[in-house]
Amino acid sequence: MKWDWSAVSDFMPYFWDGLLVTLQILALGSLISFVLGLAWALLMRVPSRWVTWPVGAITEFVRNTPLLVQLFFLFYVLPEWGVTFSALTTGVFAIGLHYSTYTMQVYRAGIEAVPVGQWEAATALNLPLRRTWTAVILPQAVRRVVPALGNYVISMLKDTPLLMAITVLEMLGEARLFAQQNFQFTEPLTVIGVAFIVISYLASLALRALERRLVH
Amino acid sequence: MSTDTHAPFEKKPGTPGTPRSTGELIRLEQVTKRFGDHTVLDHLDFSVDAGKHVTLIGPSGSGKTTILRLLMTLLKPDEGTITVDGEQLFPASEKQVREIRKKIGMVFQQFNLFPNMTVLRNITEAPVTVLGMSKDAAEERARELLEMVGLTEHLAKRPGQLSGGQQQRVAIARALAMRPQVLLLDEVTSALDPELVAGVLDVLRDIARSTDITMLCVTHEMNFARDISDRVLMFDQGRIIEAGAPEKIFSEPEHDRTREFLSAVL
Repeated sequence: MKWDWSAVSDFMPYFWDGLLVTLQILALGSLISFVLGLAWALLMRVPSRWVTWPVGAITEFVRNTPLLVQLFFLFYVLPEWGVTFSALTTGVFAIGLHYSTYTMQVYRAGIEAVPVGQWEAATALNLPLRRTWTAVILPQAVRRVVPALGNYVISMLKDTPLLMAITVLEMLGEARLFAQQNFQFTEPLTVIGVAFIVISYLASLALRALERRLVH
Repeated sequence: MSTDTHAPFEKKPGTPGTPRSTGELIRLEQVTKRFGDHTVLDHLDFSVDAGKHVTLIGPSGSGKTTILRLLMTLLKPDEGTITVDGEQLFPASEKQVREIRKKIGMVFQQFNLFPNMTVLRNITEAPVTVLGMSKDAAEERARELLEMVGLTEHLAKRPGQLSGGQQQRVAIARALAMRPQVLLLDEVTSALDPELVAGVLDVLRDIARSTDITMLCVTHEMNFARDISDRVLMFDQGRIIEAGAPEKIFSEPEHDRTREFLSAVL
């Protein structure tokens, strides 16, 4: 096996394309998982079984089935019902939905960790329930959950290559395509491997900086 | 044993300010509260007149704090009725409860300031969102209150940057910002380091002296209770076993349990 620098430079244009797609998936998928996870967590607190039972069932189902199966289902089965999205849109939604069932548990723990005295003070001050959530409880809960949410972002990064299975050309997809066309596997796969490590590392640095800011 | 919990008490001559309500402001009738098998309050009756300062004393677990929490609607009674300024608290619609709550403020043992807000915003949050005050008016009022509790220079800080005593003084200012008729004080110095207690009690003495606010106070600070109270209620096992003017309760208690309790805490 010989390392060929010219293969690296040949691959780079495709690598940048793939990197852009990977970062898109990560950013939008994270956003969906943060928002949807919070929505699940809040719905689970509605004092009615008509809400908590279906939400609990749906999220339990999504969390306990493989992301790859969900990707195939959304990409190949939904069009049969007349619902068609691009591969990237479908992939971003699937990965965001999948991870939202994890982030909801993070939010739940964060909300429960807010001391009961905060709720009591809000009641004593007669704050409306909505305001209690938005001004008192959620700001404190979110601050507590940032580290755990950040860890899921890094997990999600490592799951982005699954989207290759529904034809999305993210980093691994580009690398495989290049490899098959040029019979050079070592260089493109090494490049994206390094890229994954670098993105993870940068993400963890950003996360730590954010944590430090939130502590103060 | 019989207890005269509705005994009239002396009017303080020269009390400044005009009470917004006169006569009976709070009434509890046959109020019972249980936690599981444990009866915390046992068919309790008592009332508080507007502008008066009533201190609840007694051993831990005798139900004093539960009364404050019932009045603040943090708990619901199992039996009995509670009326505040003529309005019944349970059962009542959410709207009615919110109206009644406006008349009541509470200061907690653990302060319960909002750590995500500055001192100033802790105080202005409820006046702005609940009473609909303008931000400027609420901040002006907050500054006045902070000056009263001696913390003007800390208004931009977060609660976490203050000492316990300072936090509690902010909590007092926060409660007063809502202009309540009644202030409930739940062991407000119990969580403080000893050297910080006096500062908080001085603020409360000042409020007791200079305002017409009705105070219900659960405390283990007997000197403070003696200074500010119009009436002292001695609790034991969910009942009031003795009630009267502080001079009487502290100097010549009638009940054995009161004597035992006072000798243990004084």
